Amino acid sequence: MSTFVLLTLTGLGLSALYFLVASGLSLVFGLADVLNFAHGLFLSVGAYMTWWAATNVPGAGADGFGFVLAAAIGVLSGAAVGALVELVLIRPLYSRTIAQVLVTVGLSLAGVALLQATWGADPRPFPRPAWTRGVTGIAGANIPNASLLLVIAAAAVLLLLLLFLRFTRVGLVIRAGVENREMVTALGIDVRKAFTLVFVIGGAAAALAGALGGVYFGSVSPGQGSSLLIFAFIVVVIGGMGSVVGSAYAAVAVGLLQQFVNYYGTAGLGDICVVALLAAVLLFRPQGIAGRAVTA
Amino acid sequence: MTVSVDATPTVTPPAVDAAPRRRWWTRLGPLVALVVFALLPYSTVEIPGVFDGPLNSPGTLQLLAICLVFGGLAAGYDLLFGRTGLLSFGHALYFAAGVYGTDVLVTRGGLPLWEAAVFALVGSTVLAGLLGAIALRTAGIAFAMVTLAFAQVGAILVARDFGGLTGGEEGLPLSTDGLPGLFVGVANTVNLYWLALAYLVVVVVVVARVAGSPTGRVLAGLRDDERRIGVLGLDPYRYKLLAFTLAGGLAALGGVVYVLIVGGASPHVTSSELTLSLLVMVVLGGPGTRWGPVLGGVLYMYLDHRLTSLATDLPGPLSQPLFVLGVIFILAVYFFPGGLAGLSTRIAPIRRVLAKNPHKPH
Repeated sequence: MSTFVLLTLTGLGLSALYFLVASGLSLVFGLADVLNFAHGLFLSVGAYMTWWAATNVPGAGADGFGFVLAAAIGVLSGAAVGALVELVLIRPLYSRTIAQVLVTVGLSLAGVALLQATWGADPRPFPRPAWTRGVTGIAGANIPNASLLLVIAAAAVLLLLLLFLRFTRVGLVIRAGVENREMVTALGIDVRKAFTLVFVIGGAAAALAGALGGVYFGSVSPGQGSSLLIFAFIVVVIGGMGSVVGSAYAAVAVGLLQQFVNYYGTAGLGDICVVALLAAVLLFRPQGIAGRAVTA
Repeated sequence: MTVSVDATPTVTPPAVDAAPRRRWWTRLGPLVALVVFALLPYSTVEIPGVFDGPLNSPGTLQLLAICLVFGGLAAGYDLLFGRTGLLSFGHALYFAAGVYGTDVLVTRGGLPLWEAAVFALVGSTVLAGLLGAIALRTAGIAFAMVTLAFAQVGAILVARDFGGLTGGEEGLPLSTDGLPGLFVGVANTVNLYWLALAYLVVVVVVVARVAGSPTGRVLAGLRDDERRIGVLGLDPYRYKLLAFTLAGGLAALGGVVYVLIVGGASPHVTSSELTLSLLVMVVLGGPGTRWGPVLGGVLYMYLDHRLTSLATDLPGPLSQPLFVLGVIFILAVYFFPGGLAGLSTRIAPIRRVLAKNPHKPH
């Protein structure tokens, strides 16, 4: 029983990480039709800026309020990079889908190389607040607090995103834009402002994933973002593109499947099962869980 | 040609004059280049700054061979991306299947090279057909993500080393027992170089034949407007699957050649970065053209190797080859969408203006 609880909660921790990356990816794709390969870069920027701020910014540190401040700096820089990428690189290329993908591919290559040139290719030890290094006993299982932190943060982000999308005017524009962008434009609403906003939201969520993922893994390295990104892509496709709730369901399914199969089977088998799940979803429900068609 | 353009006030180039000259050049140019490349190993010329040793030294020949293989790989990938409009992020999988298939069958299975190569090639092509059949149920961006996910499975399988076949993170050196003496030893690098050149020629010929055939015109139609092909009564799915399988087979063949040149397999060939770099090569060279992707692939691999060895002299981010290549790539997407192959058409108007200016005072 305790093993089951442990696997479930650590699996949910993984799901939380996937959800934080996938939610932004899904919104960006749903609204602006941009497959953002540079999303992993947002994550890495968040992780590195948190790590950097923890030692270099007065008031910030590895523990307590200092870490919250460091993480906030990380999230803010992720949001800033998101906005910058949208305004400078993506905006001139709207409606040229392939060119946008190519630019984000180039950005992910150059960005990771830039991080590598600045802070080296080796993993750096990440500041871990004292509380996250401990465990909490739940139903007889000792759950790492870092996993719990991820789950709480992801749940909070999900709740905030849903409230934002449902009860604000901008949220309404975003939801309408995902459904039918031309119609929103035809009604005289400048949907491009919403594009920048979803990039900011996506960048901030990914940067939060980077900061908390750093705590979870205990280290930060330039390639971390891109390896998480592939599973985030899978989550987005399974969940249905453009749907935040679909991403949440899919992230839970993927995280739990991966954790359980990797524990009871050979290591690595879980990752393969996830791709098999993706193939099954594509064969039987190509529009994803939430139902938006991704096929032509 | 420029003279006649200057003489006539009209902007339209005189097609009658230009056509025969162009045809002569496009027909004999590649042949001349092929002969030059085939005879290259007989030359002992040193090009300081470009290559470390004389042209026929094994190090230079190996670098050139790798460049040629990637030229061929890029041309094969262009069959998907540039000619059919399919953005696959999993092309590395079929290349890696060729590399690891050959390596495992020779080193672990003890098969002779040619048998291993045939099995690897057929197996990889079948794999491409099966996975393509699933992935092509989606289109556009979803297709890109799905192919990426499939390739990731390949990367995991190789890295986790199920059954102890692939050597995991360490890679798997190619055993020389099953190889013909022709391909063994540093002194025989020249044979590998010719093999790479032959591979490049095969890919270019196959892609050109396919592109020129009625099937190729259907593929171009799919790239431009898939619905129109459907309206004409043709099945887009079948043609896309054909292109996907053929491109997969060509990549696997490249893998067979590559494993011989490098003398082993490393998990790097399964990474999604390899597919991304193929994409960069094609876009830099010029998608949908005959020579653009080849040029892009050769130049990219050359720069990748040279920038790595020059890295110590350069400050800051410039020491990372991927940073330099990534930035060049982004600039190319904005300013040279046609790639290297499209440069001449972009420069032509500038040249015309420059050529006309001296006449202005009249």
